[in-house]
Amino acid sequence: MQEPAITPDLIAAHGIKPDEYERILEIIGREPTFTELGIFSAMWNEHCSYKSSKKWLRTLPTEGPQVICGPGENAGVVDIGDGQAVVFKMESHNHPSYIEPYQGAATGVGGILRDVFTMGARPVAAMNALSFGEVAHPKTRQLVHGVVEGIGGYGNAFGVPTVGGETRFDPAYNGNCLVNAFAAGLADADKIFYSAASGVGRPVVYLGAKTGRDGVGGATMASAEFDESIEEKRPTVQVGDPFTEKRLMEACLELMQTGAVISIQDMGAAGLTCSAVEMGDKGDLGVRLDLEKVPTREPGMTAYEMMLSESQERMLMVLDPEKEAAARAVFDKWDLDFAIVGETIPEDRFLIVLNGEVKADLPLKALSGNAPEYDRPWVETPPAAPLEEVPQVDPIDGLKALLRCPNYSAKNWLYEQYDSQVMADTVKGPGYGAGVIRVHGTDKMLAFTSDVTPRYVAANPEEGGKQAVAEAYRNLCAVGAKPLATTDNLNFGNPEKPEIMGQFVGAIKGIGAACAALDMPIVSGNVSLYNETDGTGILPTPTIGAVGLIAAGETPILGQPRDGHVLLMVGEASGHLGQSALLAEVFNRTDGDAPAVDLEAERRNGDFIRAQRDYIRACQDISDGGLAYAAFTMAEAAGVGVVLDSDDTATLFGEDQGRYLVSCNFDCAEWLMAEASKAGVAIRTVGKFKGDTVRLDGSEAPLAELSALYRGAFAETFG
Amino acid sequence: MRAAVLVFPGSNCDRDLATAFRAAGFETEMVWHKETSLPDRVDLVGVPGGFSYGDYLRCGAIAANSPICRALKDHAERGGFVFGPCNGFQILAETGLLPGALLRNAGLKYICRTVGLKVATTDSVFTGAYAEGEEIQIPIAHHDGNYFADADTLDRLEGEDRVAFRYSDNPNGSARDIAGILSENRRVLGMMPHPERAADAGHGGTDGQRLFAHLTEALATA
Repeated sequence: MQEPAITPDLIAAHGIKPDEYERILEIIGREPTFTELGIFSAMWNEHCSYKSSKKWLRTLPTEGPQVICGPGENAGVVDIGDGQAVVFKMESHNHPSYIEPYQGAATGVGGILRDVFTMGARPVAAMNALSFGEVAHPKTRQLVHGVVEGIGGYGNAFGVPTVGGETRFDPAYNGNCLVNAFAAGLADADKIFYSAASGVGRPVVYLGAKTGRDGVGGATMASAEFDESIEEKRPTVQVGDPFTEKRLMEACLELMQTGAVISIQDMGAAGLTCSAVEMGDKGDLGVRLDLEKVPTREPGMTAYEMMLSESQERMLMVLDPEKEAAARAVFDKWDLDFAIVGETIPEDRFLIVLNGEVKADLPLKALSGNAPEYDRPWVETPPAAPLEEVPQVDPIDGLKALLRCPNYSAKNWLYEQYDSQVMADTVKGPGYGAGVIRVHGTDKMLAFTSDVTPRYVAANPEEGGKQAVAEAYRNLCAVGAKPLATTDNLNFGNPEKPEIMGQFVGAIKGIGAACAALDMPIVSGNVSLYNETDGTGILPTPTIGAVGLIAAGETPILGQPRDGHVLLMVGEASGHLGQSALLAEVFNRTDGDAPAVDLEAERRNGDFIRAQRDYIRACQDISDGGLAYAAFTMAEAAGVGVVLDSDDTATLFGEDQGRYLVSCNFDCAEWLMAEASKAGVAIRTVGKFKGDTVRLDGSEAPLAELSALYRGAFAETFG
Repeated sequence: MRAAVLVFPGSNCDRDLATAFRAAGFETEMVWHKETSLPDRVDLVGVPGGFSYGDYLRCGAIAANSPICRALKDHAERGGFVFGPCNGFQILAETGLLPGALLRNAGLKYICRTVGLKVATTDSVFTGAYAEGEEIQIPIAHHDGNYFADADTLDRLEGEDRVAFRYSDNPNGSARDIAGILSENRRVLGMMPHPERAADAGHGGTDGQRLFAHLTEALATA
């Protein structure tokens, strides 16, 4: 077949900038073939090369005694004792989900699960962080239904419990929803599989589903802004098959036990191209692929299509040739394709041959090592407008306003579409705060949380970045888990705009400072830029996923308040209303600075909660919505009323950081007060749990009425 | 007591069911779907939840025609005990071991939540631990759990006291609130809820544990 001529239009259509094309010419010393142009486009786009973000990502803390493997592999690996490790990562599938919500979200889940089991870990927990446009926007409803069904459709069939996540609505996401999927798996710490190939002349094996024409050019699409032509991009979205993924996982885990796997890499963005280059690059080897051996879904596929297809549920592996028969038997058992499609070669070369004809012949290292890297100009985000006066609101009216808006109402309508209990180890499912699972067959537990408050990040990227990590830290401490490590999913607008780059830089600084101070290094992550439509960017949304450990013998904090319990607040409050939920949802205002994060106080208070677990019946962090909202959700979960001693708007709805609510009996409260004073931790009584009403000083409402509002509002809007 | 749990390529509650069987005292073996026979002297066969063959066709339709399901039918016809939660119920309905079919939930959404079940009969090895009419809390997690059968079949099931459980608050549109049914010889139980997810105080409570504990005792004396 005649390949198209390389024209400036064709180069531009591949998202390659003129100076980047010059670089290609320099590297290979000739005009690239069509297939080669496709390969460069796949490797050098923002999504695969991190060309705008690399410089800043390097500044993040990634090490610690608990870290077995930090960023750079398919997922991060963290020690959880007893020779076991938790393997986790969060990744975005924003652009595909906006174009085709069901498949976009489904394959986002599929991709992150694959990242985890590629490393030899069986996935045991999933979360998702979703950002949608305002409820009134004509696309929002369809996106919510499609994304939620897609996540459920894939994760439920695969068989991984969804134990947490977050969902928000803001007009800033009208043209760009965010779908960030997290997965964690368990593995033996000494049986982790990596992507670096080793050994010359070893077979390169293709595993899993067949290659089709779906998703060709997906990674390039995901690195561009949207405009009105977006509907034309539907064919770049992949189609997911959780049944094949489930078989692929079982087959890979079984195969790994045979000792046949030298290195393994899943085919995600940019499919065969990216996975082969990755394995060769990390192992300092070349790779030759003979494409006629690739199992295809349809005849007549070109080298270009095969190299850029993003068909799902596929893996590439370098095999120990002596164990080929055993390896093939495993894949026969699971009825999956197993084909030797190439071999490792000694020279630095990426050689693509189809029926004897060379389609691409490139220096392999140049594809990743020489990928462009930018030090994009950036400007510091200007200080937020000072907070104007906030009128006092009737406390119950303020609370009701939060409970009925989709950001703060209960999300059962959504969570119940996800299987949160499969594997029968879920101790605390999705709803509020961290999810908790048991490590199967042990007394240990793992806690998972996902957090960010984009309003804060927009107002003050650095404090907002810190806050996202601090809130994750608090959610883990609140269930009694020791925070171990973090994965970051950084969603921003167009990095070529200095203001957007400034948000990115600020957020990274904050995240880095908080991860260092709270000893939660970043072990994996993903960057999603160009989240813009018609020139308008999203709110900066650096989603933080974090994992904590409840060691054997430690009691998790999972109880609920009882009638007669004291309500204590740990941490200091000054009534910070800037960028608060109350301001946004009740007054439609976004003035004021984000709340400041005192990382030392965060650590002190978190340590205190964990150390005092045996005296704490129930615990919850105070985040957006403030004291009133946090106290209500505790009371509501337990079905018992609550009385708070204040009617002051700033006290009830302020969003000062570093705070927890604790419920316990009077004796334990006395103990906690004494211990807090020894530890230099601020603590005071703010109310009590009793009766069946919510009373905020002089203002009150029956718990049942507020509960009905809280539980019903979301389904009423979207059901 | 010996149990077998069938494993289809898309089963995902196979381990959960085996864990519950083992905790209740069954020596439990996993049996791959391509096998043509069950292990010797198996008393109880578990058909687990999940998505047996992806369930892209009707749920359980392909599984019902798998090699192992011929052996399952023989086992049931010989008077062996069979327990099928969720996808297991769908498969048992597709094999014809139980009457009726499981349609898409009335609300058209997947539902995962703990629901109240009323014990409709105590006359079986599966339900003997409960009191008649007792409400127990068991999780459900399905997209296609809307039990359907024609009126004659439903009348017959009720007339023969073969409805094992009914939903207290019907979540999926099931005919006559039916959540689980027994075979004519009362030795095959299919139900959409997952007792194996409520078989441990640390996960989902213990209302399902009683089913398994009683099963061990009853089979030992059967």
